[in-house]
Amino acid sequence: MKKIFFAAVFILTAQFVMAQGSEKYNNAMKKNLELMTEAFKNPESLLALANNFERIGEAEKTEWLPFYYAALCQVNVGFMEADKSKTDGIADKATSLIDKADFLNPKNSEISCIKSMIASCHMMVDPMQRYMQYGAESSKQLQAAMQQDPANPRPELLIGQGLKYTPEQFGGGCKTAIVQLEASMKKFVAFTAASLLHPNWGKEMTMKMIDECK
Amino acid sequence: MKFVFSWILTMVSFIGLAQVTIKGKMTDTKNKPLAGGSISIKDSYDGTTTDSLGNFSFFTSEKGNWVLEASLSGYSSYVKNITIGSKGFELNIVVKELITELNAVVITAGAFEAGDKKKGTVLTPLDIVTTASADGDITGALKTLPGTQQVGETGGLFVRGGTAAESKIYIDGNLVNNFFYSSLPGIASRGRFNPFLFKGTIFSAGGYSALYGQALSSALILESTDLPEKTEANLSVSIIGVGTGIQKLAKDKKSSWGITYNFTHLGLAFAVIKQKQDYYKNPVFHEADANFRIRTKRGGMIKYYGYWSRGTVGYRTADIDSVTLKNAFELNNLNTYQNINLKENIGMGWKLITGLSFSTNKDDIANELQDAGNNKQNITSPVGYAFKNFNLLSKSYYAQARLVLEKKLKGMNTVRFGSDYFYSDEKATYTLYTGSQYETKLKDYLYAAFVETDFYISKDIAAKLGSRLEHSKQLNEWNIAPRISLAYKFKNNSQASIAYGIFFQTPESKYQPAAFGVGFAKATHYILQYQRINNFRSFRTELFYKKYNNLFKTGMDNFGRDVAVNNSGTGYAKGIEFFWRDKKTLKNVDYWLSYSYLDTKRDYLNFPALMAPNFAAKHTASLVVKKFVLPLKTGFNASYTFASGRPYYNLKYDNLLDKYIVADAGSTINYNNLGFSINYLPNLGKQGKKSFIVWVLSVSNILGQKQIFNYNYGSITDNKQLVGPTSKRFVYIGCFLSFGVDRTQDAINNNL
Repeated sequence: MKKIFFAAVFILTAQFVMAQGSEKYNNAMKKNLELMTEAFKNPESLLALANNFERIGEAEKTEWLPFYYAALCQVNVGFMEADKSKTDGIADKATSLIDKADFLNPKNSEISCIKSMIASCHMMVDPMQRYMQYGAESSKQLQAAMQQDPANPRPELLIGQGLKYTPEQFGGGCKTAIVQLEASMKKFVAFTAASLLHPNWGKEMTMKMIDECK
Repeated sequence: MKFVFSWILTMVSFIGLAQVTIKGKMTDTKNKPLAGGSISIKDSYDGTTTDSLGNFSFFTSEKGNWVLEASLSGYSSYVKNITIGSKGFELNIVVKELITELNAVVITAGAFEAGDKKKGTVLTPLDIVTTASADGDITGALKTLPGTQQVGETGGLFVRGGTAAESKIYIDGNLVNNFFYSSLPGIASRGRFNPFLFKGTIFSAGGYSALYGQALSSALILESTDLPEKTEANLSVSIIGVGTGIQKLAKDKKSSWGITYNFTHLGLAFAVIKQKQDYYKNPVFHEADANFRIRTKRGGMIKYYGYWSRGTVGYRTADIDSVTLKNAFELNNLNTYQNINLKENIGMGWKLITGLSFSTNKDDIANELQDAGNNKQNITSPVGYAFKNFNLLSKSYYAQARLVLEKKLKGMNTVRFGSDYFYSDEKATYTLYTGSQYETKLKDYLYAAFVETDFYISKDIAAKLGSRLEHSKQLNEWNIAPRISLAYKFKNNSQASIAYGIFFQTPESKYQPAAFGVGFAKATHYILQYQRINNFRSFRTELFYKKYNNLFKTGMDNFGRDVAVNNSGTGYAKGIEFFWRDKKTLKNVDYWLSYSYLDTKRDYLNFPALMAPNFAAKHTASLVVKKFVLPLKTGFNASYTFASGRPYYNLKYDNLLDKYIVADAGSTINYNNLGFSINYLPNLGKQGKKSFIVWVLSVSNILGQKQIFNYNYGSITDNKQLVGPTSKRFVYIGCFLSFGVDRTQDAINNNL
């Protein structure tokens, strides 16, 4: 009887501590996710947010989402950076973060999307020289993302976004972009994130681009 | 249960009460504040990011012993054990800037790099094919860069007062002996190799690395492409021939193979565009090549490239020593080149680069003196006319083995060393008008060992120190050639470099075997460079001085052939060069401008004194402009080249004085050439199309300006004959198709 009691206490305590840790994690993640929209307005706060997520990831060690968001913020810092000589370093940082997420959660569609964005970020430094290498890598990752989760609306969003900013003469422009964006929108309507903390961004962005193209 | 609960409650309240502040500043070793640094307490959520002044401040509720970490990309990492008590504290974090490829100075004195990996990029393979005056020839495009001469009467690169023989070309580290098609009298020969075979080009107009040797003036270092992106088939049809090829990429994308075949027939082009020469055998070439590439498990690469070519040409020109006679020249050529390379990471930061190459060349030349009815003439009085009837059969075999080991050390410092072994075997049989034959044989084994180190004192100061040791069995001589360059990066990302180096070369085989023992010729380079490069604009200027020693002097042997007799020749070249490229100022327009000033004199071969050689112009300038018009899916390219007149001489042997004299001399008119080309891409942007088409139209010397390269003098008479282009202008029309891949993305990114 005594033994059982101890075992029960132990299990309860353990669960309680885990719940406690998880609560701390959930709260920290929620707090930082709320900062996201605001942070996207300037690279300094976005970088600070990337660092926040990275700290959570490093402390938790087994959660892929903090690293995912850290990489998402970091790659966008890269896109915003005006000094092209700094972009590669930022993109490399994003790669080291997404690799940690990938290690914890391999073959994930959302992670492939970030990898595609990182390749595009490298390409932006010098599109003429780098297309062969990074353009191919970027589209390869998007293909993988679509295969890994056909319900994920973000690969089509990224394809559509790329096409929207490609000149019409090269097969880009709104006409071709809207096909992808609308396909993405359809998926967004049906999409429900696995939890409050799971990736759930891009719907407004897609809507906005569709409006601009109409 | 109660106990556990109350315990946790106590803990929570305790934490809530005892938050402390950690603050401080993050700077580099020069006390410069660092923004965006990440500060964290390891294994906790607590931390922050430094602001624009490098300041940070954050609360933590942790207690006891922890590790504080600070990190910022491009800087050394910072780790400190801290004890958090009840009071907050201040902390100054100092980190060191790391030397990385992104921020470090690049050693560039003397070299122009074209390729995708280095930031010193100036020209790319696509730039080469869209340069109007280049005609798709690698060296044609290089002629729009400073340092090169506009020599139109022979092929090759004449760099900074050096002859074409002083420029050597390497593919993946291996020397290419017959990079150009066999030379034809009065006609410039092109390079044999397609620009798209190479992903990177380093054109060094001087001061090049100790890894290369046997070139007094210049090294052109070409790096072949890796695996193709996709499987693809190609077809080309043009006014000068047809070609087809396939590149197959394996399913696992770890290996590929390819073959191509080209047939060139200039009959049609020459029927439309009148040539100065009377071709009784139109130039006809069959060329085939094959390759395979394998990516190894450790990320290394094995590459094979094999090339085979057979060509025939025969043409008549007016004989220089008479009014009615003609000179008929005929050449049959067979050339092969094979190169296999391995690049492999062998662990512990070591890299192995090894290569083997083997090439053969056979030139069968028949020269005849003919009358107006194209019948062979054997005039023995004076005998000089009869000497114009001859046959020359030359066969050569070359092999090279190369091994380089490279070790990356801390902070981008690198050490590399290795060895080269060159084997050459050349045989020539000269058949006189009498039928008697003379044979010359030349065999050489050249060994070389080299060591080089890239040494970064800081990210702003770097040095490349190297040395090369060579031994030629044929010359029976050793040489040692030190090379040094230093580079310094300024605050505004511009940089200055200086370079010094000694370069050795054996005599050209046509002047061998020497009458007496001769040694290596020597050149010493001094280069001062300033450059400023960003993604859209580059500016570069170079000041150079080159001193020649031990150049070969020639004399006539018993058979009337010029051979090397001693090493008493000398010379110098000095000058200044400018290069400016701008892709930004004018929308969708990319242009570059180069100017070279050259002052050079030399006393070599049969020159009677120190004088300006006939291949060197004082002023050379090029303007290249490219514009892509998206709605028309068409690229328009133009290039204008100017060179001041070059000196020419009639060097004659004076029997009385028993030496060569300048019997006549002068200067040619200035050289001007406006070239124009159009690329039309009709399928651009048609997604899903299985074929991609490029139409090319190019016209050289569109204004029809008079061009004189040089003057030739008769060997019997003093008759003077001008050497100019083979036709007033040349028009090229071609169509290139590729199947299996939509190149739209390619075109977009190449033109935006």
